[in-house]
Amino acid sequence: MTTLEVDLAGIRLRNPTLLASGVMGETGDSLLRVAEAGAGGLVTKSIGLEPRKGYPNPTLVELPDGYINAMGLPGPGIEAFAEEMEVAKKGNVPIIGSLFAAVPEDFTTLAGKMEDYGAAAIELNLSCPHAKGYGMEVGIDPEAVGTIITSVKGAVTIPVMAKLTPNTHRLLDVARAVEAAGGDAIVAINTVKAMAISVEARRPILYNRTGGLSGPAVKGVGLRCVYELHGAVKIPIVGVGGIESSRDVLEYMMAGASAVQIGSAVGRRGLKVFSEICHGLTEYMIANKHRSLKEIVGVAHAR
Amino acid sequence: MLVETRVRERIESGKGITTLIFEAPMAARPGQFVMVWIPGVDEIPMSLSHIGGHAGITVKEVGEATLALSNLRPGDMVGLRGPYGNGWKLDAKRILAVGGGVGMAPIIPAVEAVGDRGRVDVAIGARNAGEIIFEERARAASSDVRVTTDDGSHGLKGTVVALADAMMKEKRYDMVLGCGPEVMNRFLLKACVENNVPCQLSLERLMKCGSGLCGSCVIDGLRVCADGPVFTGEQVLGMKEFGKCKRDDAGLRVKL
Repeated sequence: MTTLEVDLAGIRLRNPTLLASGVMGETGDSLLRVAEAGAGGLVTKSIGLEPRKGYPNPTLVELPDGYINAMGLPGPGIEAFAEEMEVAKKGNVPIIGSLFAAVPEDFTTLAGKMEDYGAAAIELNLSCPHAKGYGMEVGIDPEAVGTIITSVKGAVTIPVMAKLTPNTHRLLDVARAVEAAGGDAIVAINTVKAMAISVEARRPILYNRTGGLSGPAVKGVGLRCVYELHGAVKIPIVGVGGIESSRDVLEYMMAGASAVQIGSAVGRRGLKVFSEICHGLTEYMIANKHRSLKEIVGVAHAR
Repeated sequence: MLVETRVRERIESGKGITTLIFEAPMAARPGQFVMVWIPGVDEIPMSLSHIGGHAGITVKEVGEATLALSNLRPGDMVGLRGPYGNGWKLDAKRILAVGGGVGMAPIIPAVEAVGDRGRVDVAIGARNAGEIIFEERARAASSDVRVTTDDGSHGLKGTVVALADAMMKEKRYDMVLGCGPEVMNRFLLKACVENNVPCQLSLERLMKCGSGLCGSCVIDGLRVCADGPVFTGEQVLGMKEFGKCKRDDAGLRVKL
């Protein structure tokens, strides 16, 4: 029988499509809806210690082939997120708790709470390109990242994944630091730092001026990063960036991803994107006589 | 995609209520909305009160962004994204359209789109005569338009829900369309259930991306921007948060 099941750092996923962080992940009911739409797992909005409003609008620019967003990490804070997790868990798919913080101790506190709430894994947001003091600002230094991973690993028993930024020439060094510190998986990529300008208004459109580019516009960058990461680390890789179809998923898996995340396509294609992708993957596996998606992970590396 | 456009015409539709018609054309369905960017101020969701030719919105001054919008003059630049959302379903045989205050903005294009004066009736309500908008447009598109104000300064004295309830008891309708403050929507839904008339309600929540991504505007799991803003009565009856609470900028629940 054809199955789309995959193993990601010991977590069993019914299919390799995870909801990416930042999309419909702030409330339990919306996470639940994505589970019902067919996602194999859910990554929450990145949660911090305190409630945070994020930036004023405009927070999103729509482009022909993607979005640029600068939401500014809004969120209810870890205490209030307990009740959202209670609701989200009804979806019966693994929930990966995404976290942001500035220092290792705060990451540790947050991770402990997320594990208590029932998260199947932790994703550390070391890559948001538009929040001062967080995300990418802590995630481009291999040593700092290693310290964070070590402390979080010491505080939880569930797998710890690091979501990395492509906005650095040191991506592979950072990934190696994650692996060396005991990290269980790499998630790549977060958005590419970008900008949009209104000619008529003669100013940047986003309130924060810069934001993060996502969607099909970044797929080529994401694929390249996953391909290079597959050659640099042994731990599993979760591919993210511009995935909208089963072909996109196949490309990422062939580059070396064990699972993928889908974000912008929820806005561009609708929630049906998860079931459509899974349908396409099943057809591909039958046509090519694959019994497990594992068989295609990294095949693009063979020459 | 952001459309950079300019204000073509500014009309005072009521007391503190301004209609802005933009240069940009917009192919939209009645009940859809646009994200309006006022450079240097904010970007907010606004129902389209004018569709077909030039896009138009109707704004009531309630805060910084709506005040800035109201103060725009012909030639001033804005950015528009959209149209977004689902819009009304207008295939029912006999329709009663109910608008409370500036809630008439998404209602009036629906009344006009029905295209048959005998198929759609309109109930317009507001706090006072100055806030009654689009009465003339309604009368041009419908043969039964009734008006009510809280203070009795124009039309009947009372709430628009009481008026709609009386109309439902007097005539047979197959669908009610409603848009107004949440408390009005709540009581209108109750009246529709009691009179056994199906309804669609246009709802509002704090909105950021407008594109179905960020989840700021959810009521339970439904996104006002992408799954709404128009919801069926059954959908609304199933919402735990409707009429009770909303989410703030941080996604925290706030009691209504």
